[in-house]
Amino acid sequence: MSAVTDSAVARLESVLGANAIFVAKAANRELYALDGVSPTAFAKPASAEQAAEIVRFAAKENLSVIPIGARTKLFCAPTPARYDVALDLTALDDVAHYDPADLTVSVGAGMPLAKLNTMLREQNQFVPLLVPYYTQSTIGGTIAAGLDSPLRNAYGTPRDFLLGAEFIDGNGAQIKTGGRVVKNVTGYDLHKLLIGSCGTLAAITRLNFRTFPLPATTQGFLAAFPDYKSALSARQKVIHSPLVPLTLDVLNAQAARLFDGHTNGTAPIPEIDSNHWYLFTEFSGNEDLLARYKRELAEIADQSQAGDMHILEDSTALAAMAARLRESIAHFQEHFAAPVIVKLALPPAQHTQAATVLQSIADAAKLPIAVIARASGPILIATSLQSEHSASGEATDFPISFLFAREILTLARSFGGRAQLISAPPQIKPAYRTIFRESLASERTLARRIKSAFDPNNLFPTLDAPAAPPTPPKSETSQSPSPSLAAAAQTDLPPSPPTPPPSKQS
Amino acid sequence: MPGVPTPSNAKSHRDLTRALQKLLGRDAVLSRPEDLILYEYDGSVEKGRPDLVAFPGTTAEVSEIVRLAAKHDMPILGRGAGTGLSGGALARSGGLMLVFSRMNRILELDFDNQRAVVQPGVVNLDITRAVEHAGFYFAPDPSSQKSSTIGGNVAENAGGPHTLAQGVTTNHVTALELVLPSDGEIVRVGSKQGDSCSYDLTGLFVGSEGTLALVTEITVKLTRKPEAIKTLLAVFETVDDASETVADITARGITPAACEMLDGWTLRVIEDYIHAGFPMDSGAVLLLEVEGMLEAVTSQAAAIDEICRAHKAREVRVARDDKERDLLWKGRKNSFGALGRIASGIYVLDGVIPRSKLPQTLRRIQEIGTQFGFNIGNVFHAGDGNLHPIVLYDLRDNEQFQRALKASAEIIRYCVEVGGSLTGEHGIGMEKSELMPLLFSDADFDFMRRVHDAFNPKCSLNPGKIFPLGKGCGETRLKPHHVQTPKPEPTAAPAPPASVNAT
Repeated sequence: MSAVTDSAVARLESVLGANAIFVAKAANRELYALDGVSPTAFAKPASAEQAAEIVRFAAKENLSVIPIGARTKLFCAPTPARYDVALDLTALDDVAHYDPADLTVSVGAGMPLAKLNTMLREQNQFVPLLVPYYTQSTIGGTIAAGLDSPLRNAYGTPRDFLLGAEFIDGNGAQIKTGGRVVKNVTGYDLHKLLIGSCGTLAAITRLNFRTFPLPATTQGFLAAFPDYKSALSARQKVIHSPLVPLTLDVLNAQAARLFDGHTNGTAPIPEIDSNHWYLFTEFSGNEDLLARYKRELAEIADQSQAGDMHILEDSTALAAMAARLRESIAHFQEHFAAPVIVKLALPPAQHTQAATVLQSIADAAKLPIAVIARASGPILIATSLQSEHSASGEATDFPISFLFAREILTLARSFGGRAQLISAPPQIKPAYRTIFRESLASERTLARRIKSAFDPNNLFPTLDAPAAPPTPPKSETSQSPSPSLAAAAQTDLPPSPPTPPPSKQS
Repeated sequence: MPGVPTPSNAKSHRDLTRALQKLLGRDAVLSRPEDLILYEYDGSVEKGRPDLVAFPGTTAEVSEIVRLAAKHDMPILGRGAGTGLSGGALARSGGLMLVFSRMNRILELDFDNQRAVVQPGVVNLDITRAVEHAGFYFAPDPSSQKSSTIGGNVAENAGGPHTLAQGVTTNHVTALELVLPSDGEIVRVGSKQGDSCSYDLTGLFVGSEGTLALVTEITVKLTRKPEAIKTLLAVFETVDDASETVADITARGITPAACEMLDGWTLRVIEDYIHAGFPMDSGAVLLLEVEGMLEAVTSQAAAIDEICRAHKAREVRVARDDKERDLLWKGRKNSFGALGRIASGIYVLDGVIPRSKLPQTLRRIQEIGTQFGFNIGNVFHAGDGNLHPIVLYDLRDNEQFQRALKASAEIIRYCVEVGGSLTGEHGIGMEKSELMPLLFSDADFDFMRRVHDAFNPKCSLNPGKIFPLGKGCGETRLKPHHVQTPKPEPTAAPAPPASVNAT
């Protein structure tokens, strides 16, 4: 396997010239570690041209490259089989174009999302991406990670407002796609492929967005329901009403604890009851509209046996809650031991059946499971595998967690949905990725074709987990032919085969 | 040249015809010149005659046809209603054309999830007709929606007046079933919910102009009918005032559901024909629509009214009822048909510009018209900066036609110059492929070609589209193309009926 040798560094420096920043100091490499794998070197190009130069160099020298922004969402990328160069794109943070009157903006991929929105705010505009690690994230990393934003209920996802992009392919060529006008069918929509590509296709250097006017006065509504059926039924009623709220989420108590213990001055955020399910929604408009939202939401909640209802008019408290919801994935990663976070893409009417299964998993396996069921989006599921680690840190109970994954896969398949691993501890990540890829059916082979068109030399991380997982779940399922987690939790499972951690390279 | 088979390929041609007849039935295959001639044009100014036309009825048949055609080394392409305006559904290299009119079933209506699963031959408006009783509609509304099919809409990523707030076709497609051109493999991409959980392949295939795969099933979003709609007709003395109004509405962050402009010259032609109620003596009108919750509609309409008046609107009229609203829209959606009454050749452009550049671009278009000796009309989606300059010419006069093409290229060049793009909703097809280098570099083309080849490696599907000559593939078989090799039209062909409803 190639590595970045001192002479390679010297050669690269000679290629890039004196101004290039290319450092291979051991101490700094750790910053770019992904699942415990550190790069041999990192490069922080000052321009897209320099970045392309580095990729061309890497291609020539057969070095692997991972494009990197603020390093907040590296977890979404597959565990690297090779990791020679971390391509830090944070210096590409220019604003190439912003004409507020056109509601379009074109920025370097390294532009921090929060900084972009601060700039847009001066013109009363924003890019509606409220993603975890919001304050640190770069816009490039945000698009590459493709994580969900609660605002999609009103504004859609990046595929609806990303207008164009520039990126570096696996040959080191600088490629342009789309444009910066709001309607455009010139050429293939290649920029859509970058969304959620997690660095596996290309190094994004520039992104063009449609911007939106900031919403008018925003208020919120939180209602507690005795069970998921009533909470989701209320949500369905809102979906099929004339109301068009900014966000519309149903959370179980475990997830709603996001909001716990958070007070802002005089307006405490309501306490979460562990037996309840919650509907949280934000809406905006003029006084008449706000009054109507509050009235009709209360009516709908009431029809669905809601208990406590809170109208959230205090903008500071509401903003705090919105920020908590935005950071849900970060919250689960921080507060759950050995967190596993999964996205289950099912249409909204199927969320009830999904919740039934999830609830039974939680009850039977005694796993803490947090559920956020997004009206116009997927269900986010977070669980903690804490109990599965013995004191010595040995992961003795992985069968349970694999069955959890299998159960979610079955759920996805039975309704024509998709499942995707968002994050997991490195030891089980490859196995989980393998399991969830099964929900993708024929797309997997097409995805490979896309990968080789973008990255013919496999310079960027491979799409599929490189090595076979330490304990292929097959051996488990063969021992328990009906891999129902509920059943598994009640039977004594045979001890799992030894599960050595995946070999890490350093 | 295709259509005049050499003896060696004549046998192969006959064999393929027989195999197709056996597969689909005799009535589902056309091979006689007098039948094929009906499929040699679409809504564009180009032509390209297929060697064979087949009407598959199932996905399995499409897959089998792909394999048969490959065996006989015959290129293939898909076609819906042929209303496209960029030559996307023309057999530029001859070959076998698959017309999807028999695959026109709505397979599933799922109102709870606001989705419909349809076959590609379903007519756009028929989706709305099938769901309106439940309070839904299919939002993308190309002016051709009465005849254009969803398969064609998907291939071209069709737009329409109401895509300003609601988005174009790609924003309303969540999953596809496809037949790959390499081996007839049937694959599915996307999901009913919409999130891909992998690369956004649905997003790639929608708008790929039928060059990557044949679409055999489409899952679309159904949109809830708005609670309230207000349609406004704002009348201006000058095009300048109208375009300044549009720029101002945009800049203030108001997104109407639709914001269409008709210049005075065009609206007079339309009014003569449709009697929609456009004032004959005006310089330009804006047809604006706001929709949504009643309270929001009321305040947005008031804001728009105010902006129009600030820009010297002579009158802002609100449609009193559905009848008046429908009439105004009838005028807009039949514009090209109306223009067809006064000229044998209509060349509709599709450039896009940043919306703040609207006033200067419309002035520039008039200058270009004067320079090339045309009266260029404008009826277009002003709200998203999607221009439709219309050049009228005499179909029999080749010199005039060549001049029209030059004027058009000049307009598109200007669109690019001010930060815009070649096409907003009609597609590149064979019409604008030679203008692609205005936006893309050789490296970009190499890259696009790799993506193309990942699915269509032998260029057996819809060759000669999107890529400029020399950058694409399948060119050895290419028929001459207007922009490339001007050829006189020997006889006056009737104006293609397909263009009547097309946008």
